[in-house]
Amino acid sequence: MLAFILKRLGEGIVLIFVVTAVTFFLTFGAGIPVALNILGPTASADQVASLNADLGLDRPIVEQYFSWLGGVMHGDLGHSYFTSEAITSSLVHRLPVTMSVVAVACVITVILSVVLGVASAARGGWLDKVLQGIATFSYVFPAIVLGVVLVYVFAVTLHLVPAIGYVPIGESFGGWFGSVILPAVVLSIGGIASLAAQIRGALIDELNKDYIRSLRSRGVSERSILLKHSLRNAASPALTTFSLMFIAMFGSSLFVEKIFALPGFGSYGYTSTIQGDLPAMLGVSLFSVGLVVVVNLIVDLANGWLNPKVRVS
Amino acid sequence: MTLLEVNDLRLSYPARGFRKKSPEVLKGVSIDIAPGETLGLVGESGSGKTTLGRAVLGLAAPTGGSIRFAGQDITNTPTKERRGLARDIQVVFQDPYTSLNPALQIADILAEPLIAQGVEGKEARKRVLALLDRVGLPANSADRYPREFSGGQRQRVAIARALALKPKLIVCDEPVSALDLTTQAKVMDLFLELQRETGVAYLFITHDLAVVRHISHRVAVMYRGEIVETGTAAQVTNHPRDPYTQALLLAAPTADPDRQKERREARWKMMREAAASSATAG
Amino acid sequence: MTTNEPTVLLPGIDEAEAKKRAGAFARLLRMPLGLLSIIILVAFVILGLLEPVLSNHDPLFASLQHINAPAGTSGWLLGGDQYGRDIWARVLTSINVSLISALIGAGVGLVFGSIFGLIAGYAGGRADAVLSWIFNLLMTFPSLILVMVLAPVIGTTYQGMMAIFGLFLAPGIFRLVRNLVQGVRNELYVDAARVAGLSTWRILSRHVLYVVRGPVVISTVFLASSAIGVQAGLAFLGFGSTQTPSFGSMTGDAFANIYTEPMQFVWPSLFLALLNIGLIFFGNAYRDALAGPQAVVAKKRRRHETSQETVTRYEPDGSVGGGLLKLRNLRVSYPQPDGSEKNVVEGLSLDIHPGEIVGLVGESGSGKTQTAFSILGLLPKEARVGADEMRLAGDSLIGVSQTQMRKLRGGVISYIPQEPMSNLDPSFTVGSQLMEGLTKGMSKAEAKRTILELLERVGIPDPARTFDSYPHQISGGMAQRVLIAGAVASRPKLLIADEPTTALDVTVQAEILDLLRELQGELGMGVLLVTHNFGVVADLCDRVVVMRNGHLVEEGGVREIFHHPSQEYTQELINSILDEETVRMDPPVVVGSQAGGAL
Repeated sequence: MLAFILKRLGEGIVLIFVVTAVTFFLTFGAGIPVALNILGPTASADQVASLNADLGLDRPIVEQYFSWLGGVMHGDLGHSYFTSEAITSSLVHRLPVTMSVVAVACVITVILSVVLGVASAARGGWLDKVLQGIATFSYVFPAIVLGVVLVYVFAVTLHLVPAIGYVPIGESFGGWFGSVILPAVVLSIGGIASLAAQIRGALIDELNKDYIRSLRSRGVSERSILLKHSLRNAASPALTTFSLMFIAMFGSSLFVEKIFALPGFGSYGYTSTIQGDLPAMLGVSLFSVGLVVVVNLIVDLANGWLNPKVRVS
Repeated sequence: MTLLEVNDLRLSYPARGFRKKSPEVLKGVSIDIAPGETLGLVGESGSGKTTLGRAVLGLAAPTGGSIRFAGQDITNTPTKERRGLARDIQVVFQDPYTSLNPALQIADILAEPLIAQGVEGKEARKRVLALLDRVGLPANSADRYPREFSGGQRQRVAIARALALKPKLIVCDEPVSALDLTTQAKVMDLFLELQRETGVAYLFITHDLAVVRHISHRVAVMYRGEIVETGTAAQVTNHPRDPYTQALLLAAPTADPDRQKERREARWKMMREAAASSATAG
Repeated sequence: MTTNEPTVLLPGIDEAEAKKRAGAFARLLRMPLGLLSIIILVAFVILGLLEPVLSNHDPLFASLQHINAPAGTSGWLLGGDQYGRDIWARVLTSINVSLISALIGAGVGLVFGSIFGLIAGYAGGRADAVLSWIFNLLMTFPSLILVMVLAPVIGTTYQGMMAIFGLFLAPGIFRLVRNLVQGVRNELYVDAARVAGLSTWRILSRHVLYVVRGPVVISTVFLASSAIGVQAGLAFLGFGSTQTPSFGSMTGDAFANIYTEPMQFVWPSLFLALLNIGLIFFGNAYRDALAGPQAVVAKKRRRHETSQETVTRYEPDGSVGGGLLKLRNLRVSYPQPDGSEKNVVEGLSLDIHPGEIVGLVGESGSGKTQTAFSILGLLPKEARVGADEMRLAGDSLIGVSQTQMRKLRGGVISYIPQEPMSNLDPSFTVGSQLMEGLTKGMSKAEAKRTILELLERVGIPDPARTFDSYPHQISGGMAQRVLIAGAVASRPKLLIADEPTTALDVTVQAEILDLLRELQGELGMGVLLVTHNFGVVADLCDRVVVMRNGHLVEEGGVREIFHHPSQEYTQELINSILDEETVRMDPPVVVGSQAGGAL
């Protein structure tokens, strides 16, 4: 088990390095006229050169990379070109917003997917149709459309929740919940579609296996067969789907943050890209990949633990 | 002149990743087959008998020893040269359900070895129909799909495919184990008849002693990657010298209640003696 | 020439086979959803192609008089947006943008994914390890964020962004293709092709392509929908050239205006939704069509298939009182896709007396396993079971509720399966699985003690260790002993053993048969032993019941059946057993200088 953990951890670290290196070299090496962007088109060549020197952009690119890397090791991601804010602190402030939405979406998704998936595998019939309907619905109405519709209906027309803005959970739970529930619902539709179908499929596969029949022949209850045995064996592929779904949700938070005007991670990434704020863009990449690696690691560990062949060796 | 000569063959499957070396599946196996002869290869699971068959067919790469066919060394033949060998060595597998591609019609399946040798079109079709007739299947089978046939009939198709290139040796890997009793008998008869007509040799792999007795001239017994006994069919199956072969014979139940009772008691006796002698020795 | 086996075609299969041969695509066109989806997609393509003809204005043209013009204004089919641009013209351009996005995104994903998936699946080994590692890495990239961040670098054309996004779509196809190809590569018919000397290229095109085609098409369709969605999303945010109208930029603009002019949001959303509907329905319909003619169900007519031959029905005379199992006129049937019913067991009657071992023999399709499962009540949901009488120790089993049946199973009736390893739950320890059936009547500690004793009784060397082991840690023979222990734990009256030794080596088989004999003697169980092996019958059974094609052929004492069978079929079976006297005597044939003889 330990070897398994170390191997996965190693792979994760490699991933972070590879992605950030590629991003770094692509962005810093692309010749974006940073100084010009900051100073405006009327700047003189001298001003541009002097700003470039200040920002360290006139050094060879490999040197810039290692300098940045060094900073990262100390938790220092540099400073925004435009606001002079430390990027690390900006990201840390923005993360809770995005994570609130994604976390609530995950909770909704997991609960509904398990309920729907299990019920549909056990009973079939109209529940299958419901699942298919949700799946079709999520593909047909992508996040941008659904988000806007929900805002229009619930916020603008019905005034049930605020249309925009984020309320930190510390301030008011109700306020916080109101500000994240709609975006979370938008994200979870797509999630439920894939996760519920996956759970249902995996359960049906398990229920058709020989050992289930043997358990029945020993008088084991249907409830135990469904919820203890088949669910346990179907959990592994479901967890893998969950991690992919989480990554997708994290990506889609870009859209909902714009629609619901949430000052989250995604909108920070968006702004820094539009402005050409290179250190901020890099910080966003690093954080994203890091988050994905952590989530994948947790899921892999859970899978490893679930699988007796890995756990016991 | 020996047709097939296997000398001290060793095989372990390639190790996955950088873990310890995987165990040896064949530990220095030697057998030989003369033209027109059937060598029965008997063993239980884990004996390596299927692996030996696959090595002869070029489907598994040996890690030591040699295989010679008609005097030529064929131990590690690359895929390109395998085509030439296809004219000499063919195969019939155990599972009639997965050894025929369900998406292809029988005619296409039978034509495959011919296509590999460059025979196509009308000529191939002619030979396909002749093959079907040879194995006792009606001509209209050619345009049907495998799923329309029973297990025994599919096995006949597999045999026809093996015969297409007029090989000198056919490796038969448990070809009747998956068949019903009545079908088994008929397919065994077909194997025998084809051998008498064409003089093809068989490496007949099986775990069933009754089957091996019926079709083999000579028998080799395998246990855990090694040959423990070789000899004529009569000698090995009636008066085995090796204790494992003896245990195997006594363990196989016979289809007669009274004779089976005797055999059972003989087996118990042998087990008691073995236990007693190991108790005194240990 | 040996006797020809007649081509056994059950009546009715021919039509089904012909339908399957007709091809998935033809079936697709017959399905309402399939047809609809194709119509939608074709319509969109036509609209896109005819854009220069159908639009009245350049999509970027702005007319101040037409700001927020309502739909239906002359010359402005869907009205004007908040900048005065023609919504209909912009919709047409957006259709093209979406279609091209789908082509590029899904295309790139398809090409990269399938080529490398093919290589990884077929070559295996190191190539597979490296490629799988790379694509797994790619799959875990937060693709959206990275595409966005790299946008200024790659260039902000939507085509460029879609090409990059396509790379991130590739892992899904890679995994699919790799797994399919790997599966095919391990099939025996590919081995046969290799032995036949077929080149690798030929093997791939003949055998692999067929299997891979369908699922890849379906996946690509869903990828296309993904690509359209992502392009729309990025455009919504403002990426991609602002000059090029797309559904994303239209909805983005409309979103800013939504409180005043909600309809401007509706038009692009509607078209986008419709395009996606076309794709999704096509994907789903094609998936169903691939599944075969079962998906296309004809009118449901009930037709009972008549059995192919009449057999003298044997009526055991039931006068031997106190029978353990009494079965009269059992019938089991399954509904077929075309509405008829197929009988797999018909008119079966048999008796088992306490302490008696009855062998139920037959070839494949005889219905012996179905009979065993119907006594246990473990047939699949679709099965229709009926009997005049089915009594266990006098109590009728007919019409018994599932709950009651469950109490009987593992209590009065027990079951030993054929394949030991697949009949154990891989995620739970051996001990905990066995205990689960028992804790009904006794405490946990008692149950554990009972199981441990039983494990020892069935010949397991270290019961405590096996109790705590997982199924993958024990051998096949040990697993079968474990399952036997589980079956006899409750001291059942009737034990049903379904080919309990078929999957085992012959030496292990002998030991298991010994064990069954001992246990039966100790517990006085009645045993129904389903088998096709007459040696096993000769070893264990007191009486034999012979079945064929769902009917009873003959039954009697074991010596009678072996030495004096009264039915021709039974005699044929006995004759087919390769006897132990015959040894091959004729010498090897050498025909001329070439083997090949009369062919």
